[in-house]
Amino acid sequence: MQISMKLEVTDSPGQLVKALKPISDLGGNIRSVIHERDPLSTSGTLDVEITLDIQRQKLEQLKEELKKSDVSIVRIDEERYLIRKSVILIGHLIHTDMSDTVEQIDATGSAEVGELSMIMPAINEPTSAKMILKSDSIQGITEAMIKLREIAKEKNLLIVEPLEGEGFNFDSGDNITWTD
Amino acid sequence: MDRLKIAILGFGSVGKGLAKIIADKNLGIIITAIADSKSGIIDNKGLNVAKVLLAKKKTGLCGDTSITPQKIIETAEYDVLVEVTPTNAATGQPALDYIKAALSRGKNVVTSNKGPIALEFKSLQKMADENNCLLKYEATVCGAIPIIHALQHGLAGNKIKKIYGVFNGTCNYILTRMSDEKLTYKQALLEARELGYAESDPTYDIKGIDAAIKLVILANTVLGFDKTLDDVEITGIDNMSSDAIGLALEDGKTIRLIGEIDAERETLSVAPRILPKNHILVVKDTLNAVTARTDLAGDVTLIGKGAGSFETASAIISDLLYIKENHGGRN
Repeated sequence: MQISMKLEVTDSPGQLVKALKPISDLGGNIRSVIHERDPLSTSGTLDVEITLDIQRQKLEQLKEELKKSDVSIVRIDEERYLIRKSVILIGHLIHTDMSDTVEQIDATGSAEVGELSMIMPAINEPTSAKMILKSDSIQGITEAMIKLREIAKEKNLLIVEPLEGEGFNFDSGDNITWTD
Repeated sequence: MDRLKIAILGFGSVGKGLAKIIADKNLGIIITAIADSKSGIIDNKGLNVAKVLLAKKKTGLCGDTSITPQKIIETAEYDVLVEVTPTNAATGQPALDYIKAALSRGKNVVTSNKGPIALEFKSLQKMADENNCLLKYEATVCGAIPIIHALQHGLAGNKIKKIYGVFNGTCNYILTRMSDEKLTYKQALLEARELGYAESDPTYDIKGIDAAIKLVILANTVLGFDKTLDDVEITGIDNMSSDAIGLALEDGKTIRLIGEIDAERETLSVAPRILPKNHILVVKDTLNAVTARTDLAGDVTLIGKGAGSFETASAIISDLLYIKENHGGRN
């Protein structure tokens, strides 16, 4: 998964390495480091913003290691979802209760609806919408798609899916190859 | 074999196109018999094609109303029966009976007719083998594109994992116009009709049935499956909206009707799919495009015209010349 952290380190030589080393030790992949020194600051510390990919189960350990190195974590934002698939839906989306459709997918627990953009057509014309499913695994997306197909059948909606893996966007640097 | 003698059943756009090419090009092929739906003509020394074409133009008949296709099959002198009558996807008739009659007479058959090949390929091939003759059907799938030859011979030795692409020119035209010119589905369909790309009853194309039949043919002939139209999961483009295409375009994508054979799962499907606009299968207008995913050659994509009189005739002639080279003198 991808996370971004804001860290506070003391403003002295070797401190930045202290913050980065535990990440690489734990197999994390650093995406970006923003390291700014505020000339007006008198606190003797500086803020570092780091975006990285790391396995979920190693996050707690990373926090521990950073604490041990006297690096304080100001903030952690977690972007859980690494895999996205966008599909287009056509049909009477409003009349067939779009919020129910979204809830049913979210209730699978394997993926959730991340974005939904809908175009309102003329009265009685079918509505078109783009739905982005997000999950932390390909399996999760596959399960959500099975549910979505069930719903589409029941509500008489047309799902337009991407060709093979085209709709999957991997936000992570993990070596996931979609070999379908 | 000096000159290959052929009998043509069906004298519509494809049959006439074929006859013109054979008359114009020195291919070593002569036509000894022609039948349309109401008449027929036989000359075992070779017909004067220009004369037959003129008669057809003037009278609507190619020959004598007493000469039926059955009579040609059973009495004319020919090496190959070229069966190019209209497709009946439900029964394959009357083409199916014509092909069987020719094979049982020990005659090679070349057809552009999807019905018989989709419905009864196995039994027809068995019949051809038993009678020591060849059955060829390149023109049944994607017109001018030599897809069957490429898969059976060009990629021989490869394991084919998937075959997928654009198999229907009418749908591709409609979706191209909706995507490029922002036409509504109805406008694009109307335009396709005016240009003669869509039949007055376009159901067969827009519901994805035509593409599905082509998948069945490829699955059975190239992959050795035993599929029928009922085995194909089909979604057509008749419910496509210009809004949906607009949503795809916002992301640099578009929508095309894609037929797909997953050879490993043995599944066949036809459905509109989202593809990046610069994807190799996003071809314009009535073009067809097919990718074969293989273990050795990787992805191989063929693009070309999927329909049309000369384009379909091109596939038929390639089958005829294959028979001429590989089956010479056997009949």
